[in-house]
Amino acid sequence: MTDVATTAAEHTRRDFLFIATGAAGAVAAASAIWPFVSQMAPDADTIAAGAPVEFDLTPVAEGQIVKLFWRGKLIFVRHRTKTEIKTAVETDVASLRDPEADSVRVKAGKSQWLVVYGNCTHLGCVPLGNDGAFNGWLCPCHGSVFDTSGRIRQGPAPTNLPVPPYEFVSDQKIRIG
Amino acid sequence: MKTFKLIAAAALVSGFLGGVAQAQHAHELAIPPRNEWSFAGPFGKFDKTQLQRGFKVYKEVCANCHSINLLAFRNLGEAGGPGFSQGQVKALASTFKIKDGPNDAGDMFEREGRPADRWPSPFPNKQAAAAANGGALPPDFSVIAKARTYPRDFPWFLVDMFTQYQEHGVDYITALLLGYSDDTHGVEVPAGKYYNTYFPGNIISMPKPLNDGQVEYIKGADGRSQVPETVEQYSKDVSAFLMWAAEPQLEKRKETGFKAIAFLIVLAGLLYFTKKKIWARIEDHHSQA
Amino acid sequence: MSGHSTYVPKSAIGRWFESRLPIMGLIHSSFVVFPNPRNLNYYWTFGGILAFMLVSQILTGVVLAMHYVANVDLAFNSVEHIMRDVNYGWMLRYLHANGASMFFVAVYVHIARGLYYGSYKEPREVLWILGVIIFLLMMATAFMGYVLPWGQMSFWGATVITNLFSALPGVGETIVTYLWGGFSVGNPTLNRFFSLHYLLPFMIAGVVVLHVWALHVPGSNNPAGIEKKTDKDTLPFHPYFTVKDAFAVVCFLIFFCWFAFYIPNYLGHADNYIEANPAVTPSHIVPEWYFLPFYAILRAVPDKLLGVLAMFGSIAILVFLPWLDSSKVRSGSYRPAFQVFFWVFVANAIVLGWLGGKPPEGLYVHASRLCTLYYFAYFIVILPLLGKFERTRPLPASIAEAVLGTSGSASAMAGSVAASPNTKG
Repeated sequence: MTDVATTAAEHTRRDFLFIATGAAGAVAAASAIWPFVSQMAPDADTIAAGAPVEFDLTPVAEGQIVKLFWRGKLIFVRHRTKTEIKTAVETDVASLRDPEADSVRVKAGKSQWLVVYGNCTHLGCVPLGNDGAFNGWLCPCHGSVFDTSGRIRQGPAPTNLPVPPYEFVSDQKIRIG
Repeated sequence: MKTFKLIAAAALVSGFLGGVAQAQHAHELAIPPRNEWSFAGPFGKFDKTQLQRGFKVYKEVCANCHSINLLAFRNLGEAGGPGFSQGQVKALASTFKIKDGPNDAGDMFEREGRPADRWPSPFPNKQAAAAANGGALPPDFSVIAKARTYPRDFPWFLVDMFTQYQEHGVDYITALLLGYSDDTHGVEVPAGKYYNTYFPGNIISMPKPLNDGQVEYIKGADGRSQVPETVEQYSKDVSAFLMWAAEPQLEKRKETGFKAIAFLIVLAGLLYFTKKKIWARIEDHHSQA
Repeated sequence: MSGHSTYVPKSAIGRWFESRLPIMGLIHSSFVVFPNPRNLNYYWTFGGILAFMLVSQILTGVVLAMHYVANVDLAFNSVEHIMRDVNYGWMLRYLHANGASMFFVAVYVHIARGLYYGSYKEPREVLWILGVIIFLLMMATAFMGYVLPWGQMSFWGATVITNLFSALPGVGETIVTYLWGGFSVGNPTLNRFFSLHYLLPFMIAGVVVLHVWALHVPGSNNPAGIEKKTDKDTLPFHPYFTVKDAFAVVCFLIFFCWFAFYIPNYLGHADNYIEANPAVTPSHIVPEWYFLPFYAILRAVPDKLLGVLAMFGSIAILVFLPWLDSSKVRSGSYRPAFQVFFWVFVANAIVLGWLGGKPPEGLYVHASRLCTLYYFAYFIVILPLLGKFERTRPLPASIAEAVLGTSGSASAMAGSVAASPNTKG
């Protein structure tokens, strides 16, 4: 029902007004949505609680696997036997699904200590230690088999058990994180 | 407008009734004086140096009896707070022994504090805290600046809505700390209790906590503290610190609020003209709202 | 919700879908082409504002529930955790807490508008009663929401309000024990209040759908209080009322943000920042401001059972309002005598709210009784009789005439905020 006499200039001004209002409304809506999305991220308390944890290796006997937590995630600390290290080192890296040499998965000179995340890279179940065809881990959920270096050998898991960030603070003590 | 007149009349009547009813009260509570706060008003920000001083007062005096359970060491280094460096926070935390455990042997043990730890309570539990203080439990300080107030009568509580006066709690705490007096104004004070002008009922279990010169402030280049080391200054500083502890996101809140309101005013203006344009399409349009 | 639609989607997929689920047609007929009286003033935007607030409360509430813990040992600290550590937690919580108050500001304006313009009268009785049900659900939701932070006011508010039911003879004590899930307000109480606080808003949303449905049968009332007759009396909902409602919502948001960002604890109580303590009652216990008028009515009656009945009766009486008001003229604009009684009623409600925040002693009690008397007299005596005696002004022949014949209701917006019964204890 626009007046016939309306000029083109007025048309432009009106269109600009509508576009500006629509744009401002869209900006308002988008800024209002952000807090609702942002609150889903880990809160300050959770982030702060993820501070590095120290772990004393002394009580872990050879052949033993110990479970501990960092940031709520399960971590295996495995004191490997000589045989276990040997088979891990001698494996043909090229034949692996996720080719990784054993040496890059442990700290130099500390090859008896394997530290890996404790959730299967398939869908997150906890694999059973000293089990499976390679005597590393066997995931009870879908049958993924890991070797004594935590590398995927059989089953549906796509990658090796990842190594968390850690370092030796002394000969028998590691700090994870 | 008729509406306004009637509401104003109702307000006046209620104000009158209130005045009469108030006069019936035998003893009046002293009203805490208002202070200037850097964090008041729409653009309020905490004064970092004041928060640091207030923290020192809390740490050296109040913390002997009053817990502040929700305060983590890391908070002291977070944005909008006293602005300690990460190193200072770490160093401070490590001076505390934190009870942790149980370890693999099932024993509780003590370890060095970390920034993520909460401020340790001076007493193992509430009962112990009360027992050590003549049966009176020293309240936790986490949100105390928001948990204390004083009554604002008509029409002041309405005025506060527009002036954004929200510092009732800190004004009360400051007044309380300054409210100790030897002159008890005829109030009988039992042994082990103290007279305080601003405490409801005037009899408080806490002895006068602060004295001039008790807390040493950081010295400036001339070898003197930048602010007087007096009870009045201590009281204001520790009150400001408690306000921050109770509302650590205050600065962010006020900043965000300004942005939100400024933007909404622009949007409202745009919508107003859009609305006018659209309603102008009506052929027989007159001066319709 | 106006039934049959002539809406035909442009695309083939749209037509395929529409013939199977005609939801676009429903939206089109209800919120696009729906004919609204053209003379609606800004008081009529409060329906849209309330819809916005309901959505806002549900969204912030769902998100807060992701961080809140309904346990007596953890609830208080979990709320403070939201305030301190959760990203934008302080904002979401303050928006939610103040949003409840804003919801009531808007609903009181909405109710007052209905009372003034006779929106409860035939043929809108069911619409009105659905509104009363929404109001009751809102009160229950707000009450239970206030319990959740588990501060001193939460705890003692829960104790006092649940104890209202103990006034019922015979079954009262049993009902209260069942409400508590124990022998005092405790963990089971907090847990079920959380569950119900989450449930009730969705029930409100359900009744709101019915409310809008019932509204769209006769269409909106209007300041002239006469029914629409021709197309000249109406305008399509979109874009005329969508843009007007949007403008009003944004203006209301500015008011809302002032509270949520600058004075977020103004409408709350300092005592609620003290964790619940069953051994100590705060010296001055009052409900949230929006309950104060009803709280004043409760305390005005010296008998426990009668006080409780008076309080519930003060809301229940609204259900009968369509049949209590005997006037043939719908809009208060054409009833000069009614206007006086109406504005006294509004002022009376505000004074009642103020009295509800005062200690029940001395003059306050007498004033409360006087105000309670007027509150009920307005419904039981004044409205039934007024219609028989008052002289009304002549009604316009049509809505179009009401708009074009006079300068009309152009100034109506200015008073909208002032009319809200906004008091504080």
